[in-house]
Amino acid sequence: MTDSIVKTIDINAPVDRVWNALVDHEKFGAWFRVALDQPFEVGKLSTGHMTYPGYEDYSWEARVLAMEPMARFAFEWPATGGDKDLMDSGVPVPEWTLVEFVLEPMEGGTRLTVTESGFDKVPEPRRTNVMRDNEGGWAEQVGNIRDYVAG
Amino acid sequence: MSPAEQSDPARLFAALGDQTRLGFIVQLADGRRRSIAQIGEDLPISRQAVAKHLNVLRRAGLVQRTRSGREVHFVLRREAIEEARLWLAKVDAQWDATLARLKIFVEDSP
Repeated sequence: MTDSIVKTIDINAPVDRVWNALVDHEKFGAWFRVALDQPFEVGKLSTGHMTYPGYEDYSWEARVLAMEPMARFAFEWPATGGDKDLMDSGVPVPEWTLVEFVLEPMEGGTRLTVTESGFDKVPEPRRTNVMRDNEGGWAEQVGNIRDYVAG
Repeated sequence: MSPAEQSDPARLFAALGDQTRLGFIVQLADGRRRSIAQIGEDLPISRQAVAKHLNVLRRAGLVQRTRSGREVHFVLRREAIEEARLWLAKVDAQWDATLARLKIFVEDSP
């Protein structure tokens, strides 16, 4: 178990085509299966609803953080965990995760890396510093938990 | 503990995202019950601080509180850790499927 998910995929198309499929909100919607209400704009909220079969009544919400042409597209979205009651409650979800698409040209196409991070975000402003200087502590301890669970 | 609290991954990961609380989880990972005093042993924090952290873990469904006589004990809920792992695995698989659709979309478009 880690606090982020990293995915890499090689696409047999030039970077500009991949970039376009990411930041054009209608194209994004086609493969992500979401109907977006407006184009993506840095600093702005993106709203819409899912079109994925069986999830049409799920809403989409994200905040665009970065659009660096041909290189990086980033947004954050609430970590609802697919909890529809929570989404529909109107109660703001304090934890948002960060989604980043990074594009690199490669021979014959584009390497796309997606990272979703922030699953370990702590909403509490007060955090104790005890054991903080234990470097790599988080990763190590999660490793311990994983070993325990797997064992 | 309500079912909603158990199944809320945001709460669960927030609870895990603290070194002190992770330390408690690792300490409780042997499955044994411990008192607040035992859990706080060797830590330069107050009993109240320990209790507060344990309460965060309890609300996230990560530990369970039991009472025997006057003594309160805490024990790890292994299944909660497993829930977190399964949920991450689900998110992981969803990204696989989503990116496969992107690949097809880009490669098949004129």
